Amino acid sequence: MTTLLESLFDFNGGVKPDYHKDASTRLSIGVSPAQTELVIPLHQSIGGTPRPIVAVGEQVKKGQRIGDADGDVSSAVHASTSGTVVAIEMRRMPHPSGLSSLCIVLESDGRDEWIACQAFDYKKATPQEIRDYLRDSGVVGLGGAVFPTHLKLNADRQGGIETLIINGAECEPYITCDDMLMRERADDIVRGVQLMREILGAKHVRIGIEDNKPEAIAVMQTAVRFGDNRTDDLLVVAVPTRYPAGGAKQLIRVITGIEVPHGKRSIDYGVQCFNVATALAIYEAISLGRPLISRIVTVAGNVGAPRNFDVLIGTAIKDIIAACEPLPDTNRLIMGGPMMGVEIPGDEVPVVKATNCILLGSNKIFPPPAPEMPCIRCGECAIACPADLQPLELYWFSRAKIFGKAQEYHLFDCIECGCCSYVCPSNIPLVDYYRFAKSEIWAREKEKSLADEARDRFEFRQFRDVRDEQEKSARLAARAAAAAAAKQLATMVVTTDAAEISTAETSNEANEKAALIAAAIARAREQQGTTTPQNTQQLSAEQLAEISAIEARRAEIREHAKPHLPPDA
Amino acid sequence: MTGYFFVVLGAVLVNNVVFVRILGLCPFMGVSKKLETALGMGAATTFVLTMACGSSFVIDRWLLQPNGLEYLRTLSFIVTIAAIVQLTELVIQKVSPLLHQVLGIYLPLITTNCAVLGVPLLNVTLKYNFVESLLFGFGSAVGFSLALILFATLRERLEGADVPVHFRGTAIAMITAGLISLAFMGFAGLDKYK
Amino acid sequence: MLEAILVMSLGAIVLGAALGYAAVKFRVEGDPLVEKIDAILPQTQCGQCSYPGCKPYAQAIARGEAEINQCPPGGEEGIRKLADLLGREFKSLSAEHGVEKPKAVAVIDEQTCIGCTLCIQACPVDAIVGAAKQMHTVIAEQCTGCELCLPPCPVDCITMETLHETVETWKWKYPVVALHPTAGIS
Repeated sequence: MTTLLESLFDFNGGVKPDYHKDASTRLSIGVSPAQTELVIPLHQSIGGTPRPIVAVGEQVKKGQRIGDADGDVSSAVHASTSGTVVAIEMRRMPHPSGLSSLCIVLESDGRDEWIACQAFDYKKATPQEIRDYLRDSGVVGLGGAVFPTHLKLNADRQGGIETLIINGAECEPYITCDDMLMRERADDIVRGVQLMREILGAKHVRIGIEDNKPEAIAVMQTAVRFGDNRTDDLLVVAVPTRYPAGGAKQLIRVITGIEVPHGKRSIDYGVQCFNVATALAIYEAISLGRPLISRIVTVAGNVGAPRNFDVLIGTAIKDIIAACEPLPDTNRLIMGGPMMGVEIPGDEVPVVKATNCILLGSNKIFPPPAPEMPCIRCGECAIACPADLQPLELYWFSRAKIFGKAQEYHLFDCIECGCCSYVCPSNIPLVDYYRFAKSEIWAREKEKSLADEARDRFEFRQFRDVRDEQEKSARLAARAAAAAAAKQLATMVVTTDAAEISTAETSNEANEKAALIAAAIARAREQQGTTTPQNTQQLSAEQLAEISAIEARRAEIREHAKPHLPPDA
Repeated sequence: MTGYFFVVLGAVLVNNVVFVRILGLCPFMGVSKKLETALGMGAATTFVLTMACGSSFVIDRWLLQPNGLEYLRTLSFIVTIAAIVQLTELVIQKVSPLLHQVLGIYLPLITTNCAVLGVPLLNVTLKYNFVESLLFGFGSAVGFSLALILFATLRERLEGADVPVHFRGTAIAMITAGLISLAFMGFAGLDKYK
Repeated sequence: MLEAILVMSLGAIVLGAALGYAAVKFRVEGDPLVEKIDAILPQTQCGQCSYPGCKPYAQAIARGEAEINQCPPGGEEGIRKLADLLGREFKSLSAEHGVEKPKAVAVIDEQTCIGCTLCIQACPVDAIVGAAKQMHTVIAEQCTGCELCLPPCPVDCITMETLHETVETWKWKYPVVALHPTAGIS
């Protein structure tokens, strides 16, 4: 069975930009230049920031865990080489903000000494153990979203999933890291795919590759068909080249025909999608026991020798750029591709798990954007949108900061692919508006949840104040009552004695009081008298026997009931 | 039958109470900022206006005219309308407190809405019978709601528009209302086919 | 004349009876609007609005006793939302109730703290931990920045620290069109 017999589906919209992929695929994957200092940011995946578990001055080996995942939605980080921890400090991030974040700075000892790597016996492990292992191996989605893989590789699903899709489409211009990885490490990728398939219990597996990468398709097909990897229903599918065919939802739609609707995830439809590089990382983590400490990075754009490198996480970007003969008129650095990439503040920032491409820009390659003109509602963006949204409406409301309306038009289904900005005849940077609106909405939601928490705490505090007050007054009242009772008793004794001796000596007041107390005691006695059961006196022998039988049964029942009572009862 | 149909159609489109007769502009400008409030106000006014037309017809025909008390018409109509509005307000407060808060002062102001008084008075002038009165009231109210809803949807979009500073807010709203009014003038002559 | 009075009186009696019945029948219990207003307020519980907490202020707004522009932590944005909800006109923040400040959290200088627990009693959201004669500290995530702990401190060891932007809290800025100087214009 070949890919030609498989019928494919289509997604709406999309664009066909110039691909510029040939230049960086001429050379094989290069080795990352040796580093004396590696800056490893702790926060490299979606979710919580890992906690550093090494101290300054500590010796670490290559692959040693240096940051522990913070909770389940997080991923560990590891030393990329052996050496000494020289600092744990704030360093600038490859992030459009140019802000700093906590990093572990390693000084390499040049020996590049691995920890003792041990394969993980996933067959004997429970699903939870597999997830924990992958989390501690720092495996995250390497397509660019860096979503922790262990959360997606969930083996708990009953009966396994329907289709496992491996994303090798790599639709964005200039980027060729997945292409080169498939060409050079196809066997290992397929081994990783087999592992994933086994863990997920997937019935079908499809590896989707855009048809502008014939070499990668050929190599992958060979790897799938021959050798130890041969299994049923694992196909390499050539998908038509159209940006953004590599978007998870778009690729799922092209291969399976399933359109994942708003607010749902693909797993709800039995489909899960992983990047090819992630498959390789899973293979290395499980079969070789090596955590994720490097990735393939494309260096392209305004350079003389564009190429892919296998780069250790934490390597300074300037060092790998230097190996590619950057041209002097370079004025911009972009992490990612020209469509979805973000501009980064400088070249001293480290390579992180999300860095798939470093694109150098100049005014010649990427001319500065033409001035933004008014939206003429031509609808080109709606035609181009692969997520079937109405970009013009989203733009209208995002621009006017009417965020509620933007959300009504499903702003959060936007994948920020940039097709709308690409086709816009008015040169409107639409994606910038969406990013602005999204981060603004996120910030507000966070604020709101904090406010709700504050309200709960405030209300509980008020409740506690009232309760404490009540308890206190109850306590005081009880004490006052006890004191009064004691006093009463004392006065009673005194007054009765006094009454016996001489009533004339006591004042009228005392008399009245004594009378009141006497009356109260009389009342109490009377009450006591009435409450004593009248039917327990003058009983016949039969009645007494019956009563004792009933009492015995009651005792038995109590005995039975004992284990069911709460311990403090 | 067609007569009744044209009474309604005429009231909704041809003689739209807001855009053609230019009645009830106060709530029209006041609560048309959001579609939800416009819908609520439209529903409330429809209820009040239909009720007002029915009861004012009854009062006029069987109480005022037999006793020769036509000069009390305006007074008694206002009292009736005021009572119906109060009733509506109580019901809305119970059913939808938010709508009640949002409509705010405009809800009791339905009492003084010239459309609500104008339509029962027009009923008398036009010598409509009971069913026609009800239909005319209902049609006018639907026309009012239509105007309100149309205008609210436009204003929601206007909020995001690049309006020159001096035209922002009510000014641009007035201009927009004028343009829609012009468009509604185009319905004139529709009743020629009667 | 008599007829007119009779007719009008009759009408008044009938309508009055109907309204009286409706008033009883459709009596409103509680005020769900308060919840909606309270949801907009920032829940700092700072009391700058002159009410003892956000809920009382919300109740005052719902009753129509308070203006919507008395909440400095909520800022212009909060006023705008309240104006939208209640259909009132937007007003700028009233100066007598304070000014809008960037979000800050209280920080206790742990060297100076004498462990008097006064700030713990002042904190409306229980965001300060500590015990008598023990050092106190502020749980930064739960601090609303209300500044109510500042005045009671006898040794002035509490300061407000403005929160700075981090990679996690950074927001994309509103797009602006860059102007490129051209050769033709001098």
